[in-house]
Amino acid sequence: MALVSVEDLSIVFGGLAALSGVTLEVDEGEIFALIGPNGAGKTTVFNVLSGLYRPSAGRIAYAGEDLLRLAPHEIARRGVGRTFQNTEVFRQLSALDNVLIGEHARLRSGVWSGALALPWVRREEAAARQRALGLLGRLGLGEAAGVEAGSLPLGSQKRLEIARALASEPRLLLLDEPAGGLNPTETRALMAVICSLRDELGLTIMVVEHDMDLVMSISDRIAVLDYGRKIAEGKPREIAADPVVIEAYLGRDEGGA
Amino acid sequence: MRRWALGALGAGVLAWPWVAPRYFVFLASLILVNAVVAIGLNLLSGYTNQLSFGHAGFLAIGAYAAALLTIHAPAIPVVVTLLLGGAITAVVGLAFGVPCLRLGGLYLSMATLAFGFVVAEVILNLDALTRGADGLRVPAGRIAGWALSTDTARYYLAAAVTAVLVAGAVNLTRTRVGRAFLAIRESEVAAQASGVSLAAYRTAAFGVSAFYTGVAGGLFAFVVGYLSPDAFDVFLSVDFVVMIILGGLGSVPGSIMGAAVVTVLHDWLAAFQNFRPLIFGAILIACMLFMPGGMARALRPLGRR
Ligand SMILES: Nc1ncnc2c1ncn2[C@@H]1O[C@H](COP(=O)(O)OP(=O)(O)O)[C@@H](O)[C@H]1O
Ligand SMILES: [Mg+2]
Repeated sequence: MALVSVEDLSIVFGGLAALSGVTLEVDEGEIFALIGPNGAGKTTVFNVLSGLYRPSAGRIAYAGEDLLRLAPHEIARRGVGRTFQNTEVFRQLSALDNVLIGEHARLRSGVWSGALALPWVRREEAAARQRALGLLGRLGLGEAAGVEAGSLPLGSQKRLEIARALASEPRLLLLDEPAGGLNPTETRALMAVICSLRDELGLTIMVVEHDMDLVMSISDRIAVLDYGRKIAEGKPREIAADPVVIEAYLGRDEGGA
Repeated sequence: MRRWALGALGAGVLAWPWVAPRYFVFLASLILVNAVVAIGLNLLSGYTNQLSFGHAGFLAIGAYAAALLTIHAPAIPVVVTLLLGGAITAVVGLAFGVPCLRLGGLYLSMATLAFGFVVAEVILNLDALTRGADGLRVPAGRIAGWALSTDTARYYLAAAVTAVLVAGAVNLTRTRVGRAFLAIRESEVAAQASGVSLAAYRTAAFGVSAFYTGVAGGLFAFVVGYLSPDAFDVFLSVDFVVMIILGGLGSVPGSIMGAAVVTVLHDWLAAFQNFRPLIFGAILIACMLFMPGGMARALRPLGRR
């Protein structure tokens, strides 16, 4: 059954149609890749899915709910986690605090209970810390817990964003160019992590990525965007062989993905 | 090291009235009042990135609320009076914070600036209640049948209240709400993607900030003993901003240090009133150029030992 279904999605920025009539269905437990040249509208799809952009037309159902009626933080609370193409870590905060903020929706302390540090708040905080440290470890950032996020290397910041997104225990994870700026070794480790998230935690993952080896080897299905339109969709083998895709995109060879 | 330093600080605060001349007891009380304001302002500006140039207005509301409560309901214990003053100010802060949600950066600063002027004007015009420009004499607060009528008694009241509020702020900033404040400051989109409601936490920051400043206003009323609207002018609001920038945005200990330095400097410079804006302006510029992060960051290596 489809966890997300995007229907006829269009969005216009000052005359430019960034998306026109895009329709996508992503099934529960699937790794679904969104590829296309730079400026094709991939990030825009994520920004609409996470509530940051309001589309000009179209419908999005997520877990049976109308996603477009929800504010960004409400969407996050319903289990949509994401990372950002141009990393958006909380730069001046420690890596640990970054992940703890990811746990925001799972925790309950408020102004009064927090200020008074009630016993249940202390227990909640201690447990949250343990979980956050566990996630940092899972993403290979165990050593970096106390380090200011902004001073971490780019690859670590990318992984920190994944840890932060996982901290909210998402059902759907949107990864925007997770391998951007990573070296081949780091990329291979990242691929293993992404697969384990689906296999062990049962997450549904949408990934935008330029690295074709990564996309081809981990995706169940791929959709190709070009100038805001979906020009193809299918299994990796089908996409790799699709003449429309090769013509519009692989053939045009402009460093895009 | 840390525990030892805190213990020494606590002992020093307790012993102060027994070793210092009376005037310095009064001055220390003012430092405590300003420290509470600075913490409150920092929660709004340093943590949540909503710069306010109107905190003298919140201070005035808390001060007049506490003074009028003491005059008209002298039976209320002083601690309750302070809490009520804080609560009234918090309600005003929330009511002001909600429409401010739509304002960013400079516009928010302008709105807070205007808020400060409006509060002073309202106090001036409600002269039946506040005695307007003539000013209001504040009777001594009472607690358990005692009148707090000496500088030392008022100092201990301020010290006890400040200690509780400092602890509250430290706890708050280390738990979920404080992290949400910081998340908003660091990245609005990432905060939202983490489930933080910008509207809810920006408003909450206004409420908490106004509460702290309102309680500080009540302390101010008792410590100084006399209120008039011209004491709460825009220069006072700017002083509070100087305190948190000098002390360190996003730091509770920094707020306290900034409040102490600015309060003492004020006292030293009392004879040079006309140069005040010049001197404080220079401090601010020097601080931003040479000590970004304020005293809190500059002194952080010491705290690590
Ligand atoms: N907030 C915005 N304002 C104006 N134009 C935008 C905005 N976001 C995206 N666009 C435009 O929409 C198009 C698609 O962008 P994007 O989704 O970022 O592409 P990509 O596929 O590279 O992620 C681009 O032409 C971009 O300039
Ligand atoms: Mg993009």
